[in-house]
Amino acid sequence: MPDPIIEVKNLVRTFGQRTVLRGISFNVQKGETLVIMGGSGCGKSTLLRHVVGTLRPTSGSIKLFGEEITTMTNAELAKFRLRCGMLFQSGALLQSLTVGENVALPLIENSQVDPKIVELVVRMKLELVGLTGFDHLKPAEISGGMKKRVGLARALALDPELLFSDEPTSGLDPIMTAVVDKLTNDLTKNLGMTAVVVTHDMVSAFRIATKMVMLGVGPRAGTIIAEGSPEEIRNHPDLEVQQFINGEPDGPVPLKLSQESYLQHLLQRPG
Amino acid sequence: MKDILEFFRLSGEVLYWIFIGPFRGQRLNFPALFHQMVVIGVQAWPMTALTSLSIGLTLAMQAAHELSRFGAASLVPDLISMSLLRELGPLMVAVVVIGRSGSAVTAEIGTMKVSEEIEALEVMAINPVRYLVVPRFIAMLLMLPVLTIFGNCIGIAGGWLVCTTTLDMSTMNYILRIIDTAQLFDLYSGLIKSFIFAWLIIIIACQTGLRVTGGAEGVGRATTSSVVVSLLAMLIANAVLTGIFFIS
Repeated sequence: MPDPIIEVKNLVRTFGQRTVLRGISFNVQKGETLVIMGGSGCGKSTLLRHVVGTLRPTSGSIKLFGEEITTMTNAELAKFRLRCGMLFQSGALLQSLTVGENVALPLIENSQVDPKIVELVVRMKLELVGLTGFDHLKPAEISGGMKKRVGLARALALDPELLFSDEPTSGLDPIMTAVVDKLTNDLTKNLGMTAVVVTHDMVSAFRIATKMVMLGVGPRAGTIIAEGSPEEIRNHPDLEVQQFINGEPDGPVPLKLSQESYLQHLLQRPG
Repeated sequence: MKDILEFFRLSGEVLYWIFIGPFRGQRLNFPALFHQMVVIGVQAWPMTALTSLSIGLTLAMQAAHELSRFGAASLVPDLISMSLLRELGPLMVAVVVIGRSGSAVTAEIGTMKVSEEIEALEVMAINPVRYLVVPRFIAMLLMLPVLTIFGNCIGIAGGWLVCTTTLDMSTMNYILRIIDTAQLFDLYSGLIKSFIFAWLIIIIACQTGLRVTGGAEGVGRATTSSVVVSLLAMLIANAVLTGIFFIS
């Protein structure tokens, strides 16, 4: 087996008193789509930020393209980032620029491309996400789902070898979700791009994943509780995994407090 | 203490991107620079003019009132030119710019920080200092002295208004008197001051903005702190510079 594109070993991160990630390890091979799942607040986005290098781990090792990134300076990291694209949960578009300028930004700032070619690439990328003709609008003038798609177009502007997406389909209608999923599949299957996707959307997750990782909540927060192919995850014996992928309100992860502790909690006097 | 170290670190980084970065293929962001020059400089002219005119008028009125009691009304232009060029001109224009642009820069960069835009820049391998801070820094360093010269002119015009209407001084007399007393060094010292004020204002504004955490409330807090710290730093620097220029 060739060396993995992403290799995470024993990643630990603490914020003050709170340990958010406690010993995460996984590998991603070229052309794979890894889906990271888990309940809200379990540290999925934090994990993604560590892999892309905007947060530094408390301990552990992260290798991208075979090189350790946790000890790199920002200038060294910048070279790796040209090979990666990242889609943020909120889109994170620059509000002062138009949609078109946002997509063009990585090209203009990181290469000496002719403005005509930049314009062509912007049109191509916007067409990919179904937003042709919106390039002159400001991010404040388009909807949340459109912002997210512009964010995806921007992440793809430099034709990255590695794409990170933080909830790419939340806030999109079912048709657009399918379009974005198909886009991810096309890019990984036909162009050999590798993708890491954080998502809550189970339909979309099983449509794109070649490998899945699930983070636990409650007592098992910050650890991987299940890992494997979509088929393995679907048939996983862990009840928490089953509850999550089937979307059941009650199970190992209690939605509410039990009757007694709820009464206790209500009657608790302050101080 | 940590803030002061951070101030010098950010200043150093800005100088790197201005003087060394361009030779390593990292271009300056010229469109943003011109945009910031318009926002920080050109759009500040009405406010600067109003403030300077008011200062010139009140200065002349007070001086005319006090000095004519000693029969020294002819010295009013001397007093106006000296106090405007050396002290009040740079100071009042800097106060206007802190209120208008220092706060705006902190709020803008702070909002970008809380809405993940700064992080997005980093992920795109675009250095936020080069992309956001450097254009604002250059624009401020160029435009604050320009505004100061403009403010000085308006202030002197304000003095002229009072002198010609209440002191029976001819326009020619007023102009000659101003030219006669104003030393070139007065102008230079004021411009050096405004240059240093510009440096303080813009680095403090950007530094506070880049450090914002905690959503909209954090942005508000940072904006207030940026204005307060800039004002304090500028007043201290002013006292020190006056000491250096005119006492030693």
